[in-house]
Amino acid sequence: MRSIPAALAFAGAVALASPAQAFCGFFVGKADGKLFNQSSQVAIVRDGDRTVITMGNDFKGDMDEFALVVPVPSVLTRDQIHVGERKLLERLDAYSAPRLVEYTDEDPCNVRRVYPMAAAPMSAMRSKDGMMKEEAKVLGVTVEAAYTVGEYDIVLLSATQSQGLEIWLRESGYRIPPHASKALAPYIRQNMKFFVARVNVKEQRKTGYQELRPIQIAFESPKFMLPIRLGMANADGPQDLIVYAMTRSGRVESSNYQTVKIPSNAEVPEFVQQKFGDFYKSLFTKDWREHDQRAIATEYVWNMGFCDPCSADPLTPDELRELGAFWVGDPNTAFRGGGVPVTLTRLHLRYDADHFPEDLVFQQTGDQQNFQGRYIIRHPWRGSSSCSAASSYREQLPARHRQQAQTVASLTGWDMDRIHRQMGSDAPTDGETAWWKKIWH
Amino acid sequence: MRLPKDPRWLQIGFLCSFLLLGLTARDFPIWHAPLLFASCLGTQLLCERLLKLPHAGLLSPIITSFGLTLLLRAGAWWVPPLAGILAIGSKYALRIRGRHFFNPANFGLCCLMLLTPSAWCSPTQWGEHGLLLLWIFALGLAVAHRAFRADVSLAFLVSWIVLRTARVHSLGQRPEVLFHQLTSGSLLLFTFFMISDPKTTPRHRGARIAFAAIVACAAYVLSVHWVQNPIVWALFFCAPLTPLLDALTTRQEEKPACAPSQQPSLSPAP
Repeated sequence: MRSIPAALAFAGAVALASPAQAFCGFFVGKADGKLFNQSSQVAIVRDGDRTVITMGNDFKGDMDEFALVVPVPSVLTRDQIHVGERKLLERLDAYSAPRLVEYTDEDPCNVRRVYPMAAAPMSAMRSKDGMMKEEAKVLGVTVEAAYTVGEYDIVLLSATQSQGLEIWLRESGYRIPPHASKALAPYIRQNMKFFVARVNVKEQRKTGYQELRPIQIAFESPKFMLPIRLGMANADGPQDLIVYAMTRSGRVESSNYQTVKIPSNAEVPEFVQQKFGDFYKSLFTKDWREHDQRAIATEYVWNMGFCDPCSADPLTPDELRELGAFWVGDPNTAFRGGGVPVTLTRLHLRYDADHFPEDLVFQQTGDQQNFQGRYIIRHPWRGSSSCSAASSYREQLPARHRQQAQTVASLTGWDMDRIHRQMGSDAPTDGETAWWKKIWH
Repeated sequence: MRLPKDPRWLQIGFLCSFLLLGLTARDFPIWHAPLLFASCLGTQLLCERLLKLPHAGLLSPIITSFGLTLLLRAGAWWVPPLAGILAIGSKYALRIRGRHFFNPANFGLCCLMLLTPSAWCSPTQWGEHGLLLLWIFALGLAVAHRAFRADVSLAFLVSWIVLRTARVHSLGQRPEVLFHQLTSGSLLLFTFFMISDPKTTPRHRGARIAFAAIVACAAYVLSVHWVQNPIVWALFFCAPLTPLLDALTTRQEEKPACAPSQQPSLSPAP
């Protein structure tokens, strides 16, 4: 029987710096502070028309300058708004991030079975009341409700004209990007309301947190969508958005943009372990360009009850309920086979005004096949055993390294010389193995 | 260049090119194609045998199979064969005055989407690459081929474009939004290979144009209410209007305006 190179896996965490980021709505500031709007994370829980959105933000500027405007389908009551914990999105990210799996070949003279055991996650890739109301009336803006929830002061506005809303926001101290009214108009004409949040600095200090916590909203609407157009109003170049969509069962895809699976299950050279962040960024960028910068990448689809291999533990029922999966834990919705009745789809898009002219619209599919962005490193066995299996194993290595180099080149678009340099002694030499090596080795 | 007399050959060629475009896009599933072809062809042959009908050829079920392969996505193995059986079976089971009125591919697709969450339609699966060329090709074919009387297709397309343009304009959106909405693969398939079915659209030209406009209006209303795949559902719900419009127009005219046997569709009659 031929030996199978056995695999022994161990975790090797690969960390990337996470840039400071925000939600897909646009940030407006009360002063001319520097605003970030390059990447954001949103979780959407959807069941029928019931929707819970968790809007993560990593705003790093002066808290006083933070503000967020999000179109919503209706005026939300105080109970429909909640401030969640940051760790929820961090947990989702860790659980679903594209991962690098590492194996080590065993002594080919010593036959054993293959046991993939662990995986390394790729971390985040991104990395005045009375007067106000009077003025609002004149501008066609109605302050439908105002609440303080956690560290946020929230107003819900309806408007009859976009220019009036733009003027109202500006005069109320929000720094609105130029020509924002053009972006606001389609929402007003669809009779949507505006959820406007800014930080109540006093309340924020009371929380004891250094960073802002995600805002959560719950509502019922047939609109399964995310408003990304507003976020483009003050964007400088393309922005990345990670959407964690959770349903009872079934993958989520966009129904107005092509949704593709990110290239996965590729075997890559060992050096990628040190450069996994760069590797995945290049891979994502190449794939995005190949789809004319208009497609959405699926990075993960899995039942929340398990993972294989796990880059982090699945979310607990309590965490899922906190994110809005209200049916979890209900004995009437027990899942067949003992899993959790939640399917998570992680979608990653890089969007700009030219390539994403419309807001994102989603649909739930009946697809329950698991998928993950997964890349494999196989460390060669470097022992000194000598047997016929060892000789044949060593002979196969150059071809394997050549294949791995080609895989990285095709996935990332990296130059082959650069790949060979990084591979060091594993870099494939030109042509076949030198003929003399086959005589005495 | 001479085009084949039976436009269904052209149609099969076009659907093949559409399938190839899908296959060049990643994640386009093909596993269900053999099940769809087998079930459509098998159902057609079985129905002909059971009902003792003369053999009508296999082009029609082949075209229905292509339509379902391109539009139906399935999360369970039994979905494609059931869709094929219902699609072809509807041609024999649901008839008024000797004509079936549901487009078979549309019927199979909609029934399965109603029956099970394991069936769905992914309208954007082809991406936007190359679709423009296919649009030009389809329009050119419609104009060039005498037998390709695309009055229903063109009436639907014009109505749909007018309605979408009005919507985009009324919402104050940019023209790019309209272009984005119109470069949809499923819209192209629907326009030239589903609603154009001569056996399931009214016989009278005026009634056909009215039918196309009604379907476009219904699809528009559904889309405004956020129904996914509105054009597919609109045809499904409007299909019973065909015998009604036929009855109204034949009462007014002794002679039908045209014989639709040569017009291509996803499902020529049995």
